[in-house]
Amino acid sequence: MFYLAFPRLLPIVGFIVLPLILGVYWQKVLISVAVFALLAISWDILAQSGMVSLGQALFFGMGAYASGVLNHAFGLSPFIAIPIGTLLGGLICTVLLLPVLRLRGIYFAMVTLIIPLMLVRIVEATKVFGGTEGLSGLTPLPNVWVEVYCVVGALLAALFGFRRLMDSDFGLVLRGINDNDRSVMNAGIDVTWFKIQSLFMAGCIGAFAGAFTTHVYMFVGMPVFALDYSILPIAAAVVGGPGSLAGATLGACILVPLSEVLRGFGGLRIILYGVFLVVFIVALPEGLFPYIQRKYQQFERWVEVDK
Amino acid sequence: MSGTPILQVSGLTKAFGGVLALNAVSFDLMEGELLGVIGPNGSGKTTLVNCISGFVRPSSGKVLYKGQDITHWRPHRIVRLGLARTFQMVRPFYRLPAFKNMIIPLYSPRVKGLAGGKFGAREAVALDLLEEVGFERDSHVAYKVASVLPQGYLKRLELAKAIALQPDLIILDELFSGLSLAEVGSIVPIIEKLRGEGRSIIMIEHRLKELFKISDRVMVLNFGMKIAEGPAAEVMENEEVKRAYLGSEA
Repeated sequence: MFYLAFPRLLPIVGFIVLPLILGVYWQKVLISVAVFALLAISWDILAQSGMVSLGQALFFGMGAYASGVLNHAFGLSPFIAIPIGTLLGGLICTVLLLPVLRLRGIYFAMVTLIIPLMLVRIVEATKVFGGTEGLSGLTPLPNVWVEVYCVVGALLAALFGFRRLMDSDFGLVLRGINDNDRSVMNAGIDVTWFKIQSLFMAGCIGAFAGAFTTHVYMFVGMPVFALDYSILPIAAAVVGGPGSLAGATLGACILVPLSEVLRGFGGLRIILYGVFLVVFIVALPEGLFPYIQRKYQQFERWVEVDK
Repeated sequence: MSGTPILQVSGLTKAFGGVLALNAVSFDLMEGELLGVIGPNGSGKTTLVNCISGFVRPSSGKVLYKGQDITHWRPHRIVRLGLARTFQMVRPFYRLPAFKNMIIPLYSPRVKGLAGGKFGAREAVALDLLEEVGFERDSHVAYKVASVLPQGYLKRLELAKAIALQPDLIILDELFSGLSLAEVGSIVPIIEKLRGEGRSIIMIEHRLKELFKISDRVMVLNFGMKIAEGPAAEVMENEEVKRAYLGSEA
């Protein structure tokens, strides 16, 4: 029993206990970890359904602007603005990407990369939603505890919920699309409709991360479409091992704190960070999570005795 | 075999650039009939299947299934009406175990309700179907990832995926190619069983001997055109067919 429960309890207990023992600075880092883990999960869900995205910033930014504008223009409390921003952001992203859903591989990736970069220029040129200044002075969440547990709760819910979903028959169809989409069509299944659903789910996860961050920083502006939000989640998913969602989370738990620790090195930070990434990808191309999983499963026979 | 046609193809034409892969092919398939389609390589057999099943848009012509015009429909809608096909080049989900491969067709709206929606309920159905096409129940074959399965099992899996959809018309695109005589011998009874259940079948084949044993009628394509149609023995006496096949054993 413990053999099965341990890997599941570890992240739950870890994420609940950590905020209690960390200082204020590292609590903020933990929030950042959770935000990037959510983005990495969002990327992983899309990748598992055969859509390689280079534009998690699109989801993040949409959620951020949706929630920020709702708060700024209508004075909605964050507790209402965030959920609406999540759904609205996911919806807008889905609609935006609807015309390119038929594209596969690098073609889909290119479009997702371009759209957030384009949106930045649109915001700049049309001066909507505060233009280059952005919207500041948004309502923050009541205190740091609410912030931490809100995002950690969302992360755990997304991690376990979507892992279960991807293991269900529905998730199997999504993975089938990644494997061979013509075969899925040939099974009488509307590939486009399943891609839309997957896109909406991934969009909502990314949008939540954005909407939440907006209220933590009390600001939304053009930086929410920055490339960091697209690239770092992919790095996290690759380091942790794509295809399991848990790997994506683990990757974010390593990369974000690493980036903080390396701050002490000043200008060398990015170089060391890059070297770490390269070494990791060369040494463990399958990713960290599948590696740990494989090692852990070697104990399987060992525990079967007491069943 | 009843007298109503389940599939009516008329004037089906497909041009790839200047090449006419299909040139005004017309034929009818009666309910419960087994039609063999033969022809030399590149004669348009697979293009015919692709045009009927919606994977390729025909340039002109019409496909009627049970009296309904399905020309230009998207593949998944055609499948839902009960017209399933297999691919000549097998298309399994290579990263999934064989029995998980079966879950995807079982999740199709056509049969979704039948298998029960509960977590894991479709797996039992999947294993039954796999056993039917020759995945031994006692072995581990059904649990192996598709990428390590030998060709014989992949062809069976392809067939099982089509059967899972409970189709009224199955199009088998060179199911026997790449299989040993023994393997063909073990698959023939499965096809005969499908016929026994009243399903109509179109078989594209190069293995003429096996095909002629089980087919009601044979159609011959050459350079995208239908050059002969009728009972097997009659068709092979046709001068034009002989010319198209000159040099081959048949």
